Amino acid sequence: MKIYLKIWRQDNPASPGQMKDYQLDDVSQDMSFLEMMDLLNESLIQKSERVVEFDHDCREGICGQCGMMINGRAHGPLTHTTTCQLHMRSFKDGDTIYIEPFRAAAFPIVRDLKVDRKAFDKIIQAGGFISASTGETPEANGILIAHAIAEAAFDAAACIGCGACVATCKNSSADLFTSAKITQLALLPQGQIERTERVIAMVDQMDAEGFGHCSNTEACEVECPQEISVLHIARMNYEYNKAQLVQH
Amino acid sequence: MKQSTIQYKLVMAGTGLFLCFFLVIHLLGNLQLLLSPAEAKEQFNWYSHLLAGNMGIKIISWVLLISIIAHAVYALILALKTKKANGTKYAYDKRADVSPWTSRNMGLLGTVILVFLVIHLKDFWYVSDFTTMTLDKQGYKDMYSVVVLTFHEWWYVLIYEVSFIAVGFHLLHGFFSAARTLGLYHPKYVKLVRYTGWVYTAFITGGFMLIPIVVYFNN
Repeated sequence: MKIYLKIWRQDNPASPGQMKDYQLDDVSQDMSFLEMMDLLNESLIQKSERVVEFDHDCREGICGQCGMMINGRAHGPLTHTTTCQLHMRSFKDGDTIYIEPFRAAAFPIVRDLKVDRKAFDKIIQAGGFISASTGETPEANGILIAHAIAEAAFDAAACIGCGACVATCKNSSADLFTSAKITQLALLPQGQIERTERVIAMVDQMDAEGFGHCSNTEACEVECPQEISVLHIARMNYEYNKAQLVQH
Repeated sequence: MKQSTIQYKLVMAGTGLFLCFFLVIHLLGNLQLLLSPAEAKEQFNWYSHLLAGNMGIKIISWVLLISIIAHAVYALILALKTKKANGTKYAYDKRADVSPWTSRNMGLLGTVILVFLVIHLKDFWYVSDFTTMTLDKQGYKDMYSVVVLTFHEWWYVLIYEVSFIAVGFHLLHGFFSAARTLGLYHPKYVKLVRYTGWVYTAFITGGFMLIPIVVYFNN
């Protein structure tokens, strides 16, 4: 099928960048979206043009590397799907597809569709860990955790840090990402020791990175490939409010 | 001390919920306007007099004014922060498909409400507190006649009705959003708050919308 593309091209973080038109005449419905991008890049190489740069790694929806705004939606028209798990059968012959990078002041564009998501790492570095001594593996029944709690913590831990929540948020808020990590550790016994300091440090870092506030539009949950619940945000607020009251 | 975005949101939630509470009291009092003109006049003027002379009400009205201003100012600060956080706009934006319209347009709705409040305060608060008013036969300020006069023109009723619709949509998102900001995360109670928000919004919006129409047709 024939596909018309409008893609954001930007040489480096400082240059202005613009939407450029491309055309692919022989796209198969069975291609993944990223394979379609590969096809485009091969055609660009043949014309000795600079390829469109984009992030990708596993291409099986688990690593969180890929991410683009496709036709104005984070990871494209499907919900709960990474860009790599989107296929060309979601589009029709003759469609025009707008492809832009995830936009947020905290996600500066490196080049074309590639954004720097280091801000997420900095939020994790601020408190998304437990300071436990890593000796031998402890006895499995030494710390008992109820199945439901373990499942809830795992649901939160499923975040792959793709950044779709920020990209789809009207405020470019990183609340869903930050709250998932805070909830995960707040639920587990190992996370209790640094519970108060953690939530304050991570929220402060989130603000320092220049992310916006949460308006509870819940768009992030819809686009999240891992279906991370917005209730984690409420839980982060609870943890934060409580921490503000009890911190020394 | 530098405030975090959550602290800003807490101010929004706190002032917002106080205003929600105020609306209940405001509506309950105003329901007296639904009585027949003669009864309403006697009742409502007595009620207005009762409120005007009460020190507690005076204090609450100041808290109310501060809440409205704080709610608006903090909303403005958050809007400016958002503008900065968003950076470059998308060339093609369909993000609206995945969230309710009201949740994305609280600022717009809030602005409509703010403009309405200026009109509303001019209509009643200014008239009752800063102008010489005629007294009814009980010797109370005749607020009922002010209400009747205000809703004498159909287009003025329409301004109020449109504003109440904006209030309704604002409450629909605001009520539940405030609960989230305060940290209500338990799925059971989250659902309960959402349903409560719907009932609350229907009651407040419906009640307020009814009053100008009834007054218009009763007189």
